[in-house]
Formats: sequence, structure tokens, C-alpha cells
Amino acid sequence: MKEELFEIVDHPIQLENLIKKVESRNAGAITTFIGTVREWTKGKRTVYLEYQAYKPMAVKMLATIGEEIQSKWPNTIVAITHRIGHLDISDVAVIIAVSSPHRKAAYEANEYAIERIKQIVPIWKKEHWEDGETWLGDQLENVPYHDGKPHIKDEKDD
Amino acid sequence: MINVLLFAHLQEEAGQDRLEIDEEGMRVDEFKQMLEDRYKFTQLDQVMVAINEEFAFNNDLINSGDTVALIPPVSGG
Repeated sequence: MKEELFEIVDHPIQLENLIKKVESRNAGAITTFIGTVREWTKGKRTVYLEYQAYKPMAVKMLATIGEEIQSKWPNTIVAITHRIGHLDISDVAVIIAVSSPHRKAAYEANEYAIERIKQIVPIWKKEHWEDGETWLGDQLENVPYHDGKPHIKDEKDD
Repeated sequence: MINVLLFAHLQEEAGQDRLEIDEEGMRVDEFKQMLEDRYKFTQLDQVMVAINEEFAFNNDLINSGDTVALIPPVSGG
């Protein structure tokens, strides 16, 4: 059974599973990024978070990020799992694993993946603060939707 | 019939996660304007549209049978 490299799940994510998905005899490095739920943001206390996704499209966009990475950093393998639903402080929201023949590509590609997730993957975070709740949007403060469509891929960025 | 999927604040404003709209042949920007007029959604200017799970441009056409998702600014990660 082929394990899926890109997943949206509603249960806790196991780091070991993602590492296994990207293991390769050609790899000299595996980097992992673990995104966790932070309690304090600019003096405001988060009680818990709720993530929602447009699941089929989110999986597709994660796979698109994987394709972008493979064209920018050849011979890498990428696996990404994002969790949705109710998450408490310190829970793991996302894990990204990248393997590559040499370490530099694994570091760079991993950072690229999280930046792209924040731009193009249809997942939303609802913050439940001590004194209210709000859907967060546009965390990067760069609404990239001037023509109704986000920036998917531009060779100029390579 | 166009199947419209709602997420995040739009879902809460509508009180439901999907709408069925009996229109076709509208452009994406016309469709958004129609939804804004009819359902009084807020912040639609920041909302992207996906047609059948692909991000769409403002001048793309929406046809009967399409699934149209309204995508507010994303905040995953």
C-alpha cells in the first residue's frame, strides 16, 4: 500500500510516520518542521485553536507545493501532514519532512513548504482567545488576491 | 445548479456550509457580487474563488454543475 505523501487529518500527527515516508537510499539529509499551537501572540492569550480545511483541494495544493519543490530542488522527497479540528496549546498542527541528497536543499525546501502553505492551501485557523474568537486570515499581511487568484508559481521567484 | 461551498467566517455568516445557486454562465466577479447582494457576506473583496478545486480568475466562467468554493484568506500552518 502506497502511503500518501500529502494528508489532512483530524487526529494527532506522528513524526516518525513522516520521516519514514521520505526515507531514501539517495538521501543524505532529512529535515523536519513541526508547527505547534502557541499560547501567546502579541500579548493575547490563546485558549485553543480550531482548524478547518477544504480537504480535497487542500490535499491537491499540498501536492502542488511538493511539485514546486521537486522542480526547484531536484531529488528531494516531500511529505506534509496538516491536522484540522480542535487543537490545544502545544499540539502539533503541521509536520513537513523533506529528504535530499545534501542538507542545504532539505533545509531550504522545508522552509519554502511552510511559506507556501500559508499562501495557497485552503486551511483556516480560528483563534479562541480568553475574551472572544476570530477567524484569522492573511497572516502574512500580504493579501495576494488582486486578480482573484493567489500566486501559484512564477519562475521569476526561482 | 451551482454548488457553493463556504468556509471560515462566510460559513458562520450564512449559518450553513453550502448553498445551491440556480444561475449559470456568470463570471467569477459577477458571481461574487451576486452573492454579496443576496447574502450580505462581508470581506468578499478578499475572498478567492475556486472552481472544481482549482483557483479561478475573476473573468473565468461558472457553469451549471460546477462546485464553487469561496476561499477567505488562508491561515494554515
